[in-house]
Amino acid sequence: MTGPANDPTLPMGADLDLGADRGATATLTTGSALDLTSGPPRTVEDPLAGRRPVRLIGGPPPGAATLTARRACAWFGDNLVLENVDLAMPAAEVTALIGPSGCGKSTFLRLLNRMHELVPGAALAGQVLLDGQDIYRAGIRAQEVRLRIGMVFQKPNPFPAMSIRDNVLAGLKLARIKCSNRNELVEQSLIRAGLWREVRDRLGDAGGALSGGQQQRLCIARALAVQPNVLLMDEPCSALDPTSTRRIEDTVAELRQHLTVVIVTHNMQQAQRVSDHCAFFLATEGQPGRIVEHDTTETIFSRPKDERTLAYVEGRFG
Amino acid sequence: MATTPSRIEPQPATATATTAGVTSGHVEVAVARTPTSPRPLRRRSEFDPVDYATMVGCAISALALGWVVFTHLTEGIGWFGFVVVVYLCFLGLFGLVTADRLGRLVATDRLATVAITSGAILLAAPLLWLVGYVVLKGLPNVTGHFFTEDQGGITPGMPATRGGGSHAIMGSLEQVTLALVISLPLALTTAVFLNETRSRLRRPVRIFVDAMSGLPSIVAGLFIFAVLILPNAQKSEVFGNNGLMASLALSVIMLPTITRTVEVVLRLVPDGLREASLALGASRARTVWSVVLPTARNGISTAVVLGIARAVGETAPLLFTSVGASLYNSNPFSGSQESLPIFVYRNIRQPLATQIDRGFTGAFVLMLIVLTLFAITRLIGGQRRTQRTARPRLVTPQEDLEP
Repeated sequence: MTGPANDPTLPMGADLDLGADRGATATLTTGSALDLTSGPPRTVEDPLAGRRPVRLIGGPPPGAATLTARRACAWFGDNLVLENVDLAMPAAEVTALIGPSGCGKSTFLRLLNRMHELVPGAALAGQVLLDGQDIYRAGIRAQEVRLRIGMVFQKPNPFPAMSIRDNVLAGLKLARIKCSNRNELVEQSLIRAGLWREVRDRLGDAGGALSGGQQQRLCIARALAVQPNVLLMDEPCSALDPTSTRRIEDTVAELRQHLTVVIVTHNMQQAQRVSDHCAFFLATEGQPGRIVEHDTTETIFSRPKDERTLAYVEGRFG
Repeated sequence: MATTPSRIEPQPATATATTAGVTSGHVEVAVARTPTSPRPLRRRSEFDPVDYATMVGCAISALALGWVVFTHLTEGIGWFGFVVVVYLCFLGLFGLVTADRLGRLVATDRLATVAITSGAILLAAPLLWLVGYVVLKGLPNVTGHFFTEDQGGITPGMPATRGGGSHAIMGSLEQVTLALVISLPLALTTAVFLNETRSRLRRPVRIFVDAMSGLPSIVAGLFIFAVLILPNAQKSEVFGNNGLMASLALSVIMLPTITRTVEVVLRLVPDGLREASLALGASRARTVWSVVLPTARNGISTAVVLGIARAVGETAPLLFTSVGASLYNSNPFSGSQESLPIFVYRNIRQPLATQIDRGFTGAFVLMLIVLTLFAITRLIGGQRRTQRTARPRLVTPQEDLEP
């Protein structure tokens, strides 16, 4: 997995579409020295193999997209929290953002789908390119960007006033997307999020009645239903038990065949298990957050170039 | 097998039944597991029968003490002093007895419970008294006639069971409904503006709403009378003394109540939901309409209930606007119209007992209507969306593979 995709300064183009050659089966290889899940690499079957995807009218263009940040900076008021972040998130791969609390990972993630600007007093600089086009350029609406770049939050937030089915379809309703076969879309989204078997008999129940892990998977299904090109996950498992975490990690492993995933995590093992690439963020005292190092996950966890990265992934600080 | 009777192994039932040694071994295990003596429940924070007996005993002693002191030792200081002294005696006695029985910690807890409970009873008592009084005075005169007839051809001396208040019921319902139709959209929009936008005008608007909720209700009526009725009554019937003008005055009363309540419930909607909606590609307006308002639906229905409650009992705004009438008029756009508060107000001031009875009957029906409206609003606002999607499904092998 070495190649042009690891070079953040490279202009993004079609030549970086690494996901194109992936088949229906993806293999997760995380065989580094620190890997706690020793054993054979996990093979993930596409649970939707053989099914026709549901077509959406008015939704995002199909396929995974490359996301590139160029010299991205972020402010809250006068406080610079993120400085000159360059990062390429290749299409159809999982990029993990790791680093101690308060180092700007989440801010960076929210920069990627224009959620940052919703905070009063927030400002930004630099560029975020989605398939080579700046998402902050004049004339593009934040709604379009957010439609193409979905997001799953730290705390599960299903809409309590809607049933499970309506929660999955909420994106369609909210963004006025038309769909030929809603039932099939609900089913496929829930299968992809690994929730279908648990809820298929009670799709009419309230979304809030599910357990925490199920709610988070419902949120993933909701984000997937609009068929985004990129999915951002902000510590999606931090409030969940190990079983639910495992299920969501499986979901991520399945998703990487279809879209680009950027995941923020505090859990080193999780970053190792699910990601292809890893970026280590760090904010020193009084300094804004920066990327210390980014590389393939294997390199970051086995032979990082920077001493601080090594210390962090070995759990010696942070 | 007989050498190890205490080992618990799954045995075939026939084998254990035939071997006496093994059976006795099993029995021993069973005895050791189930406690022979019943365990006393230890719910130290709850009142048990002994506590209630103590309370009754202390109450009787306190009453007796108070009686002795007030009738034999002093000249008495009136019933209020008697109640206060007896209550304090009761608390002191109860505290002492419980402290003696269960210790000081528990006694403090019990005392606090008793004091708070009696406070709650003290608060509920006037309400129950009021409701009970109106029911007692009003209920005997409520007949079917009251809901079907108006006051046409009724002289003041006739008994209260004659004639009815259908004109007042109809007027009240129409006016409150109209007022709600006018004020609910305005209130919702204002609350959304106050809570979902970042406008600089939010502060002044909030101050206006606060000021409006402090507006005396007669001023609202006067305002409609001076601004709409006086200049326009000669030109158009719509601006005469009629139900519509009354509902306009009532909406002035309702608007701040609903706005403030809705604003509070909108503030309770977690920001995570707004974020989730925006992250799905929704516009802000769409987020408010499809996520925030439906989530706050229960709270909004409460706001509507409060608004209705505020408006339905108002008399002052109606005095200049709908004025009141003794005959049935179901058209709120033309002619003066009766409503229940005015019906009560007019009748209760009369000298004749029959008229006063009529007033109490109206008050009782008014309470009945408020109760019904509350129930209806609760039903509409509180129902959950549970449409079940019944459709046949095939279990694909793929699904069975899922762990």
